[in-house]
Amino acid sequence: MIDAIAWVGRYSLNALTVLGRASMFLLRIFAALDAVVRRFGLTVWQVYSVGVRSLLIVVVSGLFVGMVLGYQGYITLVDFGAAEALGGVVALSLVRELGPVVTALLFAGRAGSALTAEIGLMKTTEQLSAMEMMAVNPYRRVFAPRFVAGFLSMPLLAAMFSAVGVMGGYIVGVGLLGVDSGAYFSQMQSVTDWNEDVLSGVIKSIVFGFVVTWIAVFQGMDATPTSEGISRATTQTVVVSSLAVLGLDFILTGLMFGG
Amino acid sequence: MKMRFVELAVGVFVLLGVAALFYLAVQVSNITEYRDGDTYEVTAYFSNVGGLRVRAPVNISGVRVGRVSDIHYDPEAFEAKVTLAIRSEHDYLPADTQASIHTAGLLGEQFVALEPGGDYDTLQDGDQILFTQSAVVLENLIGRFMTNMADD
Repeated sequence: MIDAIAWVGRYSLNALTVLGRASMFLLRIFAALDAVVRRFGLTVWQVYSVGVRSLLIVVVSGLFVGMVLGYQGYITLVDFGAAEALGGVVALSLVRELGPVVTALLFAGRAGSALTAEIGLMKTTEQLSAMEMMAVNPYRRVFAPRFVAGFLSMPLLAAMFSAVGVMGGYIVGVGLLGVDSGAYFSQMQSVTDWNEDVLSGVIKSIVFGFVVTWIAVFQGMDATPTSEGISRATTQTVVVSSLAVLGLDFILTGLMFGG
Repeated sequence: MKMRFVELAVGVFVLLGVAALFYLAVQVSNITEYRDGDTYEVTAYFSNVGGLRVRAPVNISGVRVGRVSDIHYDPEAFEAKVTLAIRSEHDYLPADTQASIHTAGLLGEQFVALEPGGDYDTLQDGDQILFTQSAVVLENLIGRFMTNMADD
């Protein structure tokens, strides 16, 4: 019994310590952010490996999610004789929810895990210590560019996901199921609001980009420097950031659309 | 890998992202309707606004000329006070213009329809529309129909 209570206490203390370390880590990255401007080439390189190389999976998923939405939306709406409202259904679900959330989940799996593994391996092979020995600050050289790159790429990827998804819905709805092309877009425009829907989605994707990259880079830095440690950290990144994205999405949706 | 290639790829990536945002702005959302430009506001009192919401369209003969900018209950008049923001280019509306709340389709969203009157004076910023017609409440309509049926 006492053991169980002690276990709860130890677990909570551990969780709290990790949270504290992660926050300190974030603060140090913020302090090193000027390096991003000064050595912009490093950040460009990271945008390439984090953003550009996630492009294919994001675009393909966006297309298919949009096409499936087109199908399912049509099947539901046609019973009410409201198949013309398909454009609005597809656009709203993509721009508000699916765009930011699915992109963030894909991003955590595709880019986040890679970031963790890369940094974890750097730590294991003592490259980070070597940098410090040479008076190179790893926060400025390694962490800050990766953090900024992830943070910048997410909103762009989410926007592309939504845009491609809308086209996917168009292909299925208009091309295959015969919804009127003009009605598809005019309905979409009448229900989708730039401020309330599109910008909320962009804000969501910025928050998700921030959280996923933070978790990924921190997990890499915090990994136990063994091959098993890296594998555990990579798994942790995907699990924790996916859960964080879903939880945050619920809170953000409540804040943005609840009132 | 060459830095040049990476820079090009990132450039294309960023441009694609911006293009996607632009696409969402222009094609998907109604940002064009945001260019309302200058508007002037008139108020109208309704005994019942039904499901009218802020940002609902204000139409004349079905053409959108403005938006509902505010709805609240006026405790002195015991009626709902609706503020309409009408685009400045439509400054020719007669002072005795009538405002009514209509529904687009049977279950569609509600909007304010203006019916120009015959006055020579025009509505100015801050004016009040005196002739209003409230939203049709379906329950009342059915209730009236039922009592009429009972009378027959």
